[in-house]
Amino acid sequence: MSASSPRPQTMAEKILSRRGNQTVYAGDLAVVDVDQVMVVDSIAQSFIERMEKDLAATPKYPERVSIVVDHVAPASTVSVAQAQKEAREYAAKTGVRLFDVGRGICHQVLIEERLAQPGWIVLGSDSHSTTYGAVAAFGTGMGATDIALAAASGKTWLRVPESVKVTFVGELQPGVTAKDAALEMIRVLGADGATYQSIEIHAGDRFTRGERMTLANLCVEAGAKAGLVVPGGEILTAYGYDIPEWVYPDPGANYRQEIEIDLSVLQPRMSAPSEVDNVHDVAELRGLKVDQVFIGTCTNGRLEDLHAAAEVLRGQRVNPATRLLVIPASSEVMEAALADGTLLTLMQAGAVLGTPGCGPCMGRHQGVLAPGEVCVSTSNRNFIGRMGDKDAKIYLASPAVAAATAVMGRIALPEDLKAVPA
Amino acid sequence: MPRVWKFGDSINTDDILPGKFAPFMAGEDVFQTFAFHYIRPEFAAQVQPGDVLVGGRNWGLGSSREYAPQALKKLRIGGIIAPSFARIHYRNLLNLGIPAFEADLTGVLQDGDEVSLDVETGVLTYAGGTIQLPPPPEFLREALREGSILAFFKKYGRFPGEPPAEGGP
Repeated sequence: MSASSPRPQTMAEKILSRRGNQTVYAGDLAVVDVDQVMVVDSIAQSFIERMEKDLAATPKYPERVSIVVDHVAPASTVSVAQAQKEAREYAAKTGVRLFDVGRGICHQVLIEERLAQPGWIVLGSDSHSTTYGAVAAFGTGMGATDIALAAASGKTWLRVPESVKVTFVGELQPGVTAKDAALEMIRVLGADGATYQSIEIHAGDRFTRGERMTLANLCVEAGAKAGLVVPGGEILTAYGYDIPEWVYPDPGANYRQEIEIDLSVLQPRMSAPSEVDNVHDVAELRGLKVDQVFIGTCTNGRLEDLHAAAEVLRGQRVNPATRLLVIPASSEVMEAALADGTLLTLMQAGAVLGTPGCGPCMGRHQGVLAPGEVCVSTSNRNFIGRMGDKDAKIYLASPAVAAATAVMGRIALPEDLKAVPA
Repeated sequence: MPRVWKFGDSINTDDILPGKFAPFMAGEDVFQTFAFHYIRPEFAAQVQPGDVLVGGRNWGLGSSREYAPQALKKLRIGGIIAPSFARIHYRNLLNLGIPAFEADLTGVLQDGDEVSLDVETGVLTYAGGTIQLPPPPEFLREALREGSILAFFKKYGRFPGEPPAEGGP
């Protein structure tokens, strides 16, 4: 590097500099171009009201706006149906894209549809928009007003975040997954350990695109603005992504904090009620009676997740005292799992299948919990009342642990099943 | 006189407004009556306009739902004071024009204390004296002078801190 070269930059600084057409560093204010704006059904009415009433504007670039009907899909009440009807009418009128009931969860759908690409800025009206970092896009969540401002202007304002560098070393043992690695990262950082910051994940060529989505998705549970997974090996190029050279972080970039996590010593992890950073080894919680198991969501509803569950459930039966709900993250995931026999394996074990979408994750429909019930879920939040009653308890785990728990009717590890004849 | 409602650390947006009571589910006119439904069920019925919420660290973590602070706005709270805010929620507060101050007053104020909060100057008065709260950063003050970032954008066609277009305002 010559003396006149700019200071080394993190991946977040790189993307925000490129999209804002000026060299920026942590702490600077940046006004940047937005490549894709994502609106979910829950806030569609607020979004439309901000656009039409408050701003008297139409989307500046309709092709850069997508509405996804996923949070309560299909509609559970007349008022929800009305909100979704208004979203459809708005999309037809303005020319923005709309992905309707059953297409799947917003983040999964946008990535499948190539509406998040390396080096892009993607804003979503959902906090788990950090997921786009899996494909090296600066993805971040915002509320309805910010989202409307971005749709109207094609831009947004951001304070350039400091970065936390998380380096994964070693290799996962069999039965330990990206979810466990992500929960460990949240435990180490804490639920506000990365507030206002970007988590930059260095994992070399470890983890598939889907696993990288799990890692990036959970970054918001440490408070992060974005969760950027540095492209490595052939992981993204194998999917046909064009990775610009400038997107990689510079050696010598400045990090607020640097953390190393050794995957080789990691055991299956679980977040106990009612904060995501309340992380324990599954072995510590083993044996607790479970009423419902939920496998799905933007965190763990992908094909590799259904495969992991099917592997555990093959030739087994869900415990009679427990219900197992499986909701694929998208129609594409569901079709692939149908074609390769995964869904049959799950159904033969006693799983109940739901329409691709968010399902009961935020307690609105399709499997909410009664007082005192316990749920093991592959989702991302275990807050009080999140999936139903305030006295229900939610434990967050990987699909493999969730599947083993469904069979045992108690919190269990996949290895526990081998001790019991099928 | 406005009173303090005191909360602990890590109050998330599901605590502020559970997802099942979002306006498109509970109804636009009544969703605010479910504010803090699980953790302080008496809140929505008893809160008075101008009351001040005093919380612990990481206020507003979790979901990006703007209807959580929207519910507090409909209940006409005077402001929120917490040592740290989760970022999406903090932006939502600014966008809605709900005063938010970064300070830890959980050791100073108790539930039900009478206070007055001057949101312009950031001066909080209570039985024990006055406290100068830290002001928001300059580019946000620029926006708040117009009422909100939305109002600023509507007036100038740009974001605060962004240079005006050639010949523009």
